[in-house]
Amino acid sequence: MNPTLSPATPLRPRRRAILVGASSGLGAALARKLAREGWTIALIARRAELLERLQAEINADGIIRALTYIHDVKRHEQVTPLLRQIVADLGGLDLFIFNAGINLPPGLETLNAETDLEMIAVNLSGAIAWLAPVANLFKEAGEGMIVGVSSVAGDRGRYANPGYNASKAGLTAYLESLRNRLSRHGVHVLTVKPGFVDTDMLRASLGPKPFTISPERAAEDIYRAIRQRKQVIYTHPIWRWIMLVIRHIPSFLFRRLRI
Amino acid sequence: MTHFSIFENFGHSLKAQAHRIEARSVEDVERAFRLARQYGLTVTARGAGRSYNDAAMNGGGMVLDFSAMNRISEWDPKTGLVRCEPGVTIRQLWEHVLPDGWWPPVVSGTMTTTLGGCLAANIHGKNNFHMGTIGEHVVEFTALLPCGNLVTCSPQQNAELFYAMIGGYGLLGVFLTITLQMKRVFSGLLEVHAWPTSTLADHLKSLEDHAPDFDYIVGWLDCITIGHGQIHAARHLHDGEDPAPQQTLSLAYQTLPSRLFGVIPKRPLHVLIRPFMNNLGIWGINTAKYLVSLRRHVFRQSHAAFHFLLDYVPKWELAYGSGGLIQYQSLLPKETALPVWTEMLALAKRHGVPPYLGVTKRHRPDPFLLSHAVDGFSLAMDFKVTEARRRRLWQVLQDFDRIGLEAGGRFYFVKNSETTAETARAFYGKERLLKFKQLKQRCDPDGILQSDLYRRIFGPALASLDGQG
Repeated sequence: MNPTLSPATPLRPRRRAILVGASSGLGAALARKLAREGWTIALIARRAELLERLQAEINADGIIRALTYIHDVKRHEQVTPLLRQIVADLGGLDLFIFNAGINLPPGLETLNAETDLEMIAVNLSGAIAWLAPVANLFKEAGEGMIVGVSSVAGDRGRYANPGYNASKAGLTAYLESLRNRLSRHGVHVLTVKPGFVDTDMLRASLGPKPFTISPERAAEDIYRAIRQRKQVIYTHPIWRWIMLVIRHIPSFLFRRLRI
Repeated sequence: MTHFSIFENFGHSLKAQAHRIEARSVEDVERAFRLARQYGLTVTARGAGRSYNDAAMNGGGMVLDFSAMNRISEWDPKTGLVRCEPGVTIRQLWEHVLPDGWWPPVVSGTMTTTLGGCLAANIHGKNNFHMGTIGEHVVEFTALLPCGNLVTCSPQQNAELFYAMIGGYGLLGVFLTITLQMKRVFSGLLEVHAWPTSTLADHLKSLEDHAPDFDYIVGWLDCITIGHGQIHAARHLHDGEDPAPQQTLSLAYQTLPSRLFGVIPKRPLHVLIRPFMNNLGIWGINTAKYLVSLRRHVFRQSHAAFHFLLDYVPKWELAYGSGGLIQYQSLLPKETALPVWTEMLALAKRHGVPPYLGVTKRHRPDPFLLSHAVDGFSLAMDFKVTEARRRRLWQVLQDFDRIGLEAGGRFYFVKNSETTAETARAFYGKERLLKFKQLKQRCDPDGILQSDLYRRIFGPALASLDGQG
């Protein structure tokens, strides 16, 4: 049960954000960072227990900064009424962050359509289900900020995980389209491309993990990019250069690599 | 059907998005109520958005915009009765009636306000001591209540609702038509007397002693020196005093000058004032203004020029910078005003947040349920809001509330933005709130009509009566 927020006043103003995929890892770190910076946040995730623990932690000092909503991003039909309710509960909306994502291990020899489609359903379709109505609201208002947490994995179709790559490539393209549609209406879109972030998701995946950063560090990078109204950021920043190289590897060579 | 839009208060110090829905007819209002029920949202009626606080704000909810429902449906120049839709502005109204020799009985300091908003706030003007609030000149209104009833209210018919909806901050129902009695005038000019005051005691004595001799009285108070000030008092001209009434009653005669001293264009003026909007700059402006005001003089001035000072500098609110401004209006009985304002202004100065503008008026009580009036004075203070000041200013205003409440002060909820539900409860008292609560339950059982003001003040104050209603 969410506490009722008292309305904002000129001397006690409020900045309002929605964070989808807030329960753990980077999402939880972002939630803590936003709360520290004075934002009021609607935290959305599937796992109730984790979410409520995070809410209790953020609201521990008696100032209500976090509200929680249990939701599975695959339930597209829930989005429109839920968005309306959250905007009413927050008293408006200034920032929307989509951070929900899964990375399932690919079949090593045989591709597994089921896991690939599951990643598309969460990482891409789930994102679109939220991003489209939020984009419409912000466009009408002529103001607002959208942040999508995509991945370096979306920059190139690599050997290792076709489903994950495809979902993130789709998300990156979708965010870029939103930017091109909405910037003329005063709406800002930030695409975040994390490399390796030290979370449960990363620990479950295989292979070497260079330039791994903590979720807190990534959250700091993202918050700075929000304040500076950046369009695309890599975190850790070195990934910008690594991906620049990878994006330019010619196909005859890329085909022969296993990266 | 709805349009997600950004709304601000008059002072640009509060901002929130809400679903805007335009009202042009009673069907639109019905549809808005239906939609609100369907979506689980609340509705706030909004006119010109000239409230200094959150009275016409509904963050995340629905805002029913009445600005396009603005027809003057009937005007009788013989009786001075006018029937308007709620989105009609004070400007539309006076421009409609003045050429026939009438003037609205009560007007706000800006002519951009709408009648719906004026009634919901039960506004007062510079003639409050004499003519009361605008509600006292309402002959009849019709309104749609969220429960579905269409009601007609006057002092004789549905009187309880009449006295509660006027000044009811739009929380019981929405106005659909408003019938007002205009005041007969024999000239487009007022005779204005201006004189300086050097101390606060002198200032209040001037207001009290001279009010009976005039139709209007208003004071400017320098809140930095706490005492320097100027009184402007005006009276209507009698029949025959104006040699050319046809000319002065014409609209061409009533225009506000678009240039200052005939040369400086006023449109960009708010940008030029901006560098002076700090404690030192305001001291300079106030001192210069006081020196100029030392000359006592009597002159004739058009109605529009005398009344609508807030429209003199276009977009003056923007001069306060990105944080905007808030206004705090303290209404006090005439016995306690002097010591209390001396204490308040010293407190604000000590904390480095002096008001940049102080405006005083003379008041009298009125019969409305949520009345803000008092036999005494009001002091409206404009404060600049900045990031660095917010916390200090909030504390100072909480102290103002406490000091004012102890001194029998009253509160006006289209001005103060930081007053809490506890203060409001103490000020209204249990009996008044119980009565309002019963009406709210009767007119709006589902709680459809809510604003940020309702959620800040009335919601919690009414809830604290639970088990008593």
